[in-house]
Order: sequence, then structure tokens, then C-alpha cells
Amino acid sequence: MKAHRSLLPLLLAFVLVLLAACGGQSQPAAPAAEPTAAPAAAEPTAAPAAAEEPTAAPAAAEEPAAEEETPDVSTVGSGSTKIVWWHISTAEDQRENWQNLANQFVEQNPHVSIEITVLENEAFKSKLATAMQSGNPPDVFQSWGGGVLKQYADAGLVQDLTPALQENGWGASFQPGPLSMYTFDGKTYGVPWNAGMIGFWYNKDLFAQAGIERTPETWTEFLDAVKKLKEAGITPLALGERDKWPGHFYWVYLAMRIGGQEAFLKAYTREGSFADETYVEAGRRLKELVDLDPFQNGFLGAGYGDQQAVMANAQAAMELMGHWAPGANRGAAEDVDAYNKSLGWFPFPAVEGGVGDLSDALGGGDGFAIGKNAPPEAIEFIRFLTSLENQTAMAAAGFAVPPTVKGAEVALDDPLLKEVQRRAGEAKYYQLYYDQYLPPAVGQAINDATQELFAGTRTPEEVAQIIEEAAALELDP
Amino acid sequence: MQQASTSLSERSTVRRKPIKWDQLATIVGFLLPATLLYVGLVLLPVLQSIYFSFFRWNGLGPLQNFIGLGNYTRILGDRVFLNALGHNLLIVVLSIVIQLPLALGLALLVRGQMRGRSIFRMIFFLPFVLSEVVVGVIWNFVYKPQGGLVNTLLQMISPNSEPTAWLATPNTVLYAVFVVIAWKYFGYHMTLYLAGLQNIPTELEEAAQIDGCSRLQALRYITIPLLGSTIRLTIYLSVLGSLQLFDLVWVMTTGGPVGASDTMATYLYKYGFQRFQLGYGSAIAVIMFAICFGFSLIYQRVVMRRDFE
Repeated sequence: MKAHRSLLPLLLAFVLVLLAACGGQSQPAAPAAEPTAAPAAAEPTAAPAAAEEPTAAPAAAEEPAAEEETPDVSTVGSGSTKIVWWHISTAEDQRENWQNLANQFVEQNPHVSIEITVLENEAFKSKLATAMQSGNPPDVFQSWGGGVLKQYADAGLVQDLTPALQENGWGASFQPGPLSMYTFDGKTYGVPWNAGMIGFWYNKDLFAQAGIERTPETWTEFLDAVKKLKEAGITPLALGERDKWPGHFYWVYLAMRIGGQEAFLKAYTREGSFADETYVEAGRRLKELVDLDPFQNGFLGAGYGDQQAVMANAQAAMELMGHWAPGANRGAAEDVDAYNKSLGWFPFPAVEGGVGDLSDALGGGDGFAIGKNAPPEAIEFIRFLTSLENQTAMAAAGFAVPPTVKGAEVALDDPLLKEVQRRAGEAKYYQLYYDQYLPPAVGQAINDATQELFAGTRTPEEVAQIIEEAAALELDP
Repeated sequence: MQQASTSLSERSTVRRKPIKWDQLATIVGFLLPATLLYVGLVLLPVLQSIYFSFFRWNGLGPLQNFIGLGNYTRILGDRVFLNALGHNLLIVVLSIVIQLPLALGLALLVRGQMRGRSIFRMIFFLPFVLSEVVVGVIWNFVYKPQGGLVNTLLQMISPNSEPTAWLATPNTVLYAVFVVIAWKYFGYHMTLYLAGLQNIPTELEEAAQIDGCSRLQALRYITIPLLGSTIRLTIYLSVLGSLQLFDLVWVMTTGGPVGASDTMATYLYKYGFQRFQLGYGSAIAVIMFAICFGFSLIYQRVVMRRDFE
């Protein structure tokens, strides 16, 4: 028996290596390690990690990578005033950047120490939810603003930063659009450190191969481009629809182009509803696209990490994704130069007959909020992180892209990101992702229901109705 | 009759042994820690869940919005939940019909004098040692549409077939997940069967064979009936495990696509935690608890009763 027991770990390792090798062979940039690479990617869903029972802390995370990535904790400085900081910038250079800034801050403020916890995106969301429900938020933490942050603000779990923002022109140093995502009823509960918008990132080489001469400006042209790509034997679109939020961008953008800001405000204020014609029509238009079968094989079971790998390695021609996409995809690219060279961007096309303006933008970004028990130094710390000097440096290094502090955008040198930044700034109507803007129950209902459109299991009318039911329960008239 | 005899024996005990207070203190002293733990970590949370389930509550503020049985009517009217429950039941049935017989068959194989049987036992038991999350990640690779083991093998057999996205197709996803469950747990059940088989005296089977009974008959009339208590136990564990299925499904599919592999537990997680509807989530937990508890009670009373006597 003894001999067998010592054999066991060996066999185990063997089996693991064998199986892992089988899976990895076609996709060397295995998504397992990737989904975290986004520049603190603004992934909208409040998706979770696994928990076995209601009260238990999340044990394992959704993304395959997450369970190997136990939260990474390190402490900077040795002062007696401790700041607990949770961020989600898992990419190596970005963590280092935060670590360096924390070091600088502690040097200037020797009475402070900062405990940094780096969490993978999905793991962060579930860990934060647990911390919030137990009334124990971290001092400084990642936030996307919107309805999720508002829920914490309503429960008194985060600090009102309005007074601090009025001091020394801190508030005025931000671009107003991004800051407004953290502001509710005139009070601001967080500050942004990057903000951008969603658009189509595409592969110029594959477009040329399919004979597409210019980027589509209307939905019809877009569908034509998809058809041409298909005829050329190219997968038109990459999508990680298991995570649902990457797909909800399509539906929301279509609704924005069809009904404009007015349709959304009506539904949001309960004057109208999410079952209105705008949202049904958005579903129909999306169905036109889905019916062309434009996504990579198995997209319903693929996560955002898979989407990155597909795009990064030119296995699909386009993806509808935010400003973080190039940074995230580079981490999954076998040939980063080729990826960079082929990369292009165009805004979501107009829909014929729609009243939405082509400049209207769906976007969002990353920011920091302050937990209710945080010491005043925590606010000083995020003031330091968002100083013009640090924002400019981070924009130049490609971390805070696009930056949110006025004047820092001069450091952007990537023409595509400049374009994204310009358009986001010029948007007449700038909408935060629905699944962050709306209360979580409605946001998740939208994500769940739109997935049914992609799977073809529900009609546009049914999808709109399901979303309206969730909204009717949650939104106050 | 029974009552009378009980009270009679009680009385006689009392008469023979009057309460010694210092002994009682010892008893209480030993029982207290376990009782406190059980009450604090099991009973109270269950009661708390039941209480929460009557409210609309996002888990952050105070409990204000009492809605009586509103959550329960919403759950029982929700097609997504009923589908999830259906998936649990399908896994229960598949486990009993496919997984357990497979485990039993293998147990019978590796039990005999076969050469290298201990190696086989170990190999079969290996998957059970892995954590569910690791298993989920491995099988995600195995099922990958491009370059996954399954599709690669299938294309070797028929090169012209389209690769199937097993986990991304609503019709196949649940069966694909079941294969993984069966793979992970059959070794565990096999080990239980092996333990049970060791308790069956070989003389019985030998005697039967001397009496001219075939191996199949010996299996049918001697081995399996004598293994009855183990079989009943594995069915019990398998059903409960299937009802509470979460980790593996979450890692592999998060209940998708479009809820085609949702279980009650993933439904609970999505609607209770992701959507910040803790009242609703509590109601789901109560229903799950009722189903598992009800099954346990009935099964133990009716089926496993003879094993306890």
C-alpha cells in the first residue's frame, strides 16, 4: 500500500499535465490566464464567484483562472493608520504601477500603511458584495459608479466625497462626464481614473481580405460587412457570451441608436417601459445579426477571456468592446506587433430610421470609492492617485486610458485611443452600461434576457417583457 | 405498549441511579460546545433564512419591505426555477441509472483476483481527489470546440463532422456536465461498494457456486442483496449531491447557456447574490432545504430504516 500512496501524486500530476496539454494545444494563449489582463477592465456585470451556501464567502471564481489566483495581499509602509485597498488591475505592469504609487504616498505620509489586495475582476465583485452585505467595506476599492454604487451609497456604506472634491479644485480637475457616473442627487461617491466608450475594434487585414473598403456607418452596411466576411470564410465577430455582459452592449447600443436618450429616460423614470417599441425593435435588429450566425463556434459557452484570445490572434474580424480591449487583447496575442498593426476602431453604426445621434456613446470606466470606515487619509490617497501628474504619467504608460483628469489626455499617443477619448468627450448623450447604471436586479435581467436573443431561445418581444418585469419590480416611479 | 415499556424502563433507571449533579455538570460541559456550534452555525442561520424569505430585501439596508409569501409565489411561478429543478431531477435520475451501476460494475471487476487491481482502484479513485473547480477547468478544455480532446477524437473518427460546442449548445450542455459528474464521483461510489463487498463472506458465494449456481445468479441472488445497505447509502448520497449541485456547473457553464444547465443552487446564486435580492435568495434556499430535508427524512424512514435497526 505504501508504494501506491507515493505513486498517487505522481499519477495525478501526469493526468493533469496530459489533460491540460490536450486543451491548450490549439490555443496557446489559453484564456485561463487571460481574463484578468484588461486595464482594470470595466466589466459591467456583477458576476460572481462560487459560494456553496448563502452565508459562506465566495470560494471559487467563475473565470477558470480565478481559482488559481488567490487574492494577492501585500502591505506598503509601516504607519499606524492603515488603508485597505482592493483593486483589480491584475496585469503585471499595472499592479506595479499601483504599488509604486502606494510607495510614494507612504513615503510622503509615514504615518500611513496601505494593505493592497489585487483581485481578479469576477472574484472582486463577489468579494465586495460579501463585504458590503456584512457592513464591512474596504477603505479604497474599485468602482464603476452607476446603480451598483448608488445602492451602496443609499445604505450608507460609502463616504460622500462632495466636500473633499470642493477643496482645492479637486472636483473641477476631472472631466465632468466621467465624474458624473459617480454622482447621484448632487452628491459624489467616487472618482474615476479612466473612462472611455464601447465601439467596434476590428482587424484591418481581415476587412481587406473580405474586400470591405470602408467601415460601416449604418446597420445595413454593418450587416453587409458581416455577410462579406462570412463569404470570405472569416468569422465576423468574436463574442464571449457566457459572461453575458459583452453581448448586452449590442442590444443597448441598438436601443440607443433607435430611441435615443429619450426612450431610455422614459423607461427609467417609469413614464414609459422597457417593453416599448424601441427595445423590441432593438431585439429585432439584433436578431437580424444573430441570424447571420456571425460569431465564433461555441460563443455561447465562451467567456470574455476566450473572446480576447480569438480577437488577439486574428480568428475573428471584429468585437464590440470598450477602450480596455487592446490592452486586454495584447496579453492574449501570440504576435503582439501583428495585432497592433492590424487594429482599427469605428463607432457603433447608426440604425436607419432611429432618432439616436451617431455621437451618442455607451461607455464607462474605472474609479475608486471610499468605504464608510475609512480614515481621512484614504481620501488623500485617491486624491494623490488622480493628481494631474500621476494621471499624465499613467496615460503615457497606457494604464489610465483614456484619462479622466483634464489635461492628462495630451499624454495619449495611441491614435485609436485618442479617437475613442475624443468621441467619448464629444458625446451629446453619454450612457453608462445599463448593467452598471441600473440596479443589479435589472442589470442582470438585461444580461440574462439578451443572452436568450443570442441563443435564439426567445423572441424580441419576450425579451423586452422579461426586462420590463424586473424593472417594474425594482425601479421607483 | 411501547410507551408503557419506555416509561417503565425510565422509571427503573431513575430508581436505580439517582441524578448526580456533578455528573450532570460533566455531561452539560461536554455537550455545550457542540450544541452552541450547531445552534449558532446551523439552526440560527436556517431560521434567519426563513425570516428573511418573507421580505423584499437587497441585503444592505434594514428589513422593511414585508411581502409575506410573495417571494415563494414568484419562485414557484418562475419558469427558470422550474427548469433548474428539472435539471436537478434529471441529474438525480442519470446518476442512479448510469453512474451507480457503472461504479458497481467496476467495483466487482477490481475486487477479484485481477492482476494490477490496486492500480486500477487508484486510477478510478483519482478524479474524486481533485477539487470540483480543477475538474471543471480541465473539462472545459476537454470540451472546447476547437482543439478540445473530445472534438479532436471525434474528428479522427469522422473527419468531415463539424466540431460541436458541447457546453455552448443548450441541448447538450446538461449531459456534458453529467458526464463530468459521473467521471468525478464514480470512484467514490466504487470505493464504498468495495468496502461493502469486503463484508460479504466469500463462503456464501462459494457455497452457491458449489450448489451449481452461475456467476450471474450468484451476483443477482447473493452479492447484490447483501450489498443492499451500501447501495441504499450510495443512492442517498448521490441524490443529495445532485440536488445541491453547484461548483462544477458554475465553473463550467455558470448555468448557461440561457439557463440550460441551471441548477437550484446556481439559480439561488444568480437571483439571490448577483441581483442583490437576498430575501428572494433566502426563499430559494428555504425551498431547496425543504426538498433536501423532505427527501432525507422520507428516504431514511422508508428505505434506509432496516439498515439502522
